[in-house]
Amino acid sequence: MINSAKSQTDIDGIMMEKNGFCVGPMYGHSSWKNYWEGTLKGKNLNLGTVSASMFNIMGNYGITNKLNVMFGLPYIKTKASAGQLKGLKGIQDLSLWVKWKTFSKKMGSGRLSLIGLAGFSLPASDYTADFLPMSIGLESKNLALRAMADYQRDKWFATASATYIRRSNIKLDRTSYYTTEIHYTNEVKMPDAASFNIRLGYRNNGIIVEAVADNWTTLGGFDITRNNMPFASNKMNATRVGFNFKYPMKFHPQLAIVGNIMTTVAGRNVGQSTGFNAGIFYVFDLSPKKKTDSGKTKK
Amino acid sequence: MKPMKKLYIVLSVFTIAFCYSCSKELTETNLEFPALQPASTDINAGIWKPVLLTGPTEFTVAAPAATSTPDYIAQVNEIKSFQSSLTSQEKNAVKYWSAGAVLRWNEIMRELVAKHNIPPYQNPDGTYPIPSATNPLAYPQFPFANPPYAARAYAYASAAVYDALVTAWYYKKLYNRLAPYKVDATVTSLIPQSDLPSYPSEDATVAGVMSEVLKLLFPGDQEFIQLKAEEHKRSRIIAGANVRSDIEAGEALGKSVAQKFVTRARGDRAGAAVGNQTIWTQMENDCIARGETPWISQESPKRPGMLVLFGRVKTWLFDSLTMVTTIRPVPPPSTSSQQFKDETEEVYQFSKNLTRDQLRIAHFWADGLSTYTPPGHWNAIAAEDFVKQNFSEVRWARNLALLNMSLMDAAIVCWDAKYFYFNPRPSQMDPRIKTVTGLPNFPSYTSGHSTFSGAAATILGHIIPSHAEDYTNMAKEASLSRLYGAIHYRSDCEKGLIAGNKVGDYAIQRARTDGAE
Repeated sequence: MINSAKSQTDIDGIMMEKNGFCVGPMYGHSSWKNYWEGTLKGKNLNLGTVSASMFNIMGNYGITNKLNVMFGLPYIKTKASAGQLKGLKGIQDLSLWVKWKTFSKKMGSGRLSLIGLAGFSLPASDYTADFLPMSIGLESKNLALRAMADYQRDKWFATASATYIRRSNIKLDRTSYYTTEIHYTNEVKMPDAASFNIRLGYRNNGIIVEAVADNWTTLGGFDITRNNMPFASNKMNATRVGFNFKYPMKFHPQLAIVGNIMTTVAGRNVGQSTGFNAGIFYVFDLSPKKKTDSGKTKK
Repeated sequence: MKPMKKLYIVLSVFTIAFCYSCSKELTETNLEFPALQPASTDINAGIWKPVLLTGPTEFTVAAPAATSTPDYIAQVNEIKSFQSSLTSQEKNAVKYWSAGAVLRWNEIMRELVAKHNIPPYQNPDGTYPIPSATNPLAYPQFPFANPPYAARAYAYASAAVYDALVTAWYYKKLYNRLAPYKVDATVTSLIPQSDLPSYPSEDATVAGVMSEVLKLLFPGDQEFIQLKAEEHKRSRIIAGANVRSDIEAGEALGKSVAQKFVTRARGDRAGAAVGNQTIWTQMENDCIARGETPWISQESPKRPGMLVLFGRVKTWLFDSLTMVTTIRPVPPPSTSSQQFKDETEEVYQFSKNLTRDQLRIAHFWADGLSTYTPPGHWNAIAAEDFVKQNFSEVRWARNLALLNMSLMDAAIVCWDAKYFYFNPRPSQMDPRIKTVTGLPNFPSYTSGHSTFSGAAATILGHIIPSHAEDYTNMAKEASLSRLYGAIHYRSDCEKGLIAGNKVGDYAIQRARTDGAE
């Protein structure tokens, strides 16, 4: 029920070099059969397996070695394998991030970096959030602040980050709705959210292999009542684990393939989804005069 | 360090935006309603025609004490004592209830309907449990407030409130005891003053009716209902609008009148509307015998159709013979006819190529799970308009009674047609059809939304003629929303609207002769 399109770069500890521009498409697919109605886990035979396919364009530009800006724009399509509910599709949310490496220093035999990120996202089309779980997104405008620490020793690293997401109210196509009480307005108060992310792995010559764990916690919201449908302001929580990799092509290091798999291990008011993403990224050198063929990804 | 400075600026802008990004507080339209200031007291409403009562004196209200007695003076002092130390909570309660007793209790009912409008989850063996009124808090909670249930609930409550207020108005005029703020100039009125006599209290009458009727309809929500009733009655004393004996007399009257409606409800055949396996099978076989494809539940596991015998529930505005002979819609296009195929294809086209605005319309009128249902939606529409009309409480009650008797009769007419014809849903006939709203678990013909909306728009257009065209257009949109949602054929919508209009016409006949016009 959270169709999160996480670009790789707003969540890792790597910076793009000055004037480098990395861009590429990503395809993703995730699905769930079991879901949590509040804390009660079960399935809905009238939905079967609910899946979301995603096609995302993402980019990252190095303003300086320490300051990057990035964007993502996903197209999402949903489908239920059983029942009559129609899947929806469309362009979801445009997200923009500013990533700033504020601190980087040798510590012991490794290097510690502290990175701050600020992100903003808003719907890029007039989709509805009021048809969960078939909606392609939750419609809120989000402001996110993220603090990240990255420690690398030799070829091994650990990255941890914490994010606070402030979410705007959303508007439904109807004039009244019921949460735990009735509301006579088309506007829904969306609870803010927090997320945490830990990554451990290997990083060398542009190759990354890492294990990932993340948690999304909605700070407020209410539980889906028995046999009811989900609602945008539910208390949606999810803990996921998975793997992620990036592999630059030896014959052409500007070109890299990326991929990840993630599965949900605990949740509340969300589907227990498992999914993968795969993409191809290319790094362009947008330096004014310099002409070089070397990849711009800085370790 | 120039880039650093820029960075600080960028981050500061973000942080400020973060902290001050738009306030999340909601403006809820019903909490913006002003205090009720009736254009007329309708002082002669005691002679209006009641729904069930034989007349305004069927229930007696004893004469009140004179305003010069020590008893009355003590009651006035109770008001002054309240008013000398008002909490903000009390002020809020006064403001909330000042919008009108009939309005607020109608809202409370809509909230209870929305809370309970969720079908039970299946048993492990694939059957479905049926909510029990004698054990309302156990799962599945009682009631499942689906559209027919909701229509019936709104109708009983509204009609009972109307009859009780007609009686209250009769005794108000008879005894003519003025409001405390008129009797004692040192009593502050926290709400607009009125010339209407205050004994018995109209507010307490409504609270008395509703707390009694809701015991039957929402037996698991007593604590919530009683807290509302207590707050309501207290707010009237705090406001200086009633003394305690006004309240007590009104509440007792309301509870007595409610009993008459509860008795009718217990015998109106709604209790047996769920039906049983024999009846479900019989309906399916009758349809097959007519050479038609019968409706089949598309839920998994298959769920028995919703309230298969609701079409036999006792009506308000006409008798069952009239319903069958003059209101029941003509048969739907045969499932083997070309027209039926064409209409199914039309539904498929909407399912496949829906515009964003059609999706908006489908969702605006969906009134599905966890909502106050289509009858509740028309109550909400009526309430917003009635607020601007400055009706007296008794006229509010009369108009809502007309609306809700129409909506319940519309439910009966529609459910009669649904199970008489047992017509399949579009997605049963063409599995390519996917819906953008929940597929209701009962036969297709006619559309409930269309029947409800046809009835509501007709009677509301009579009550507020200047809005008649708007109501007609809203009803048409509500009707078409079901075609956009891909859950109804065009015939379901059109014939439903017509049947609804006919029901509404019977309500107009009543309205013309009830003495209020």
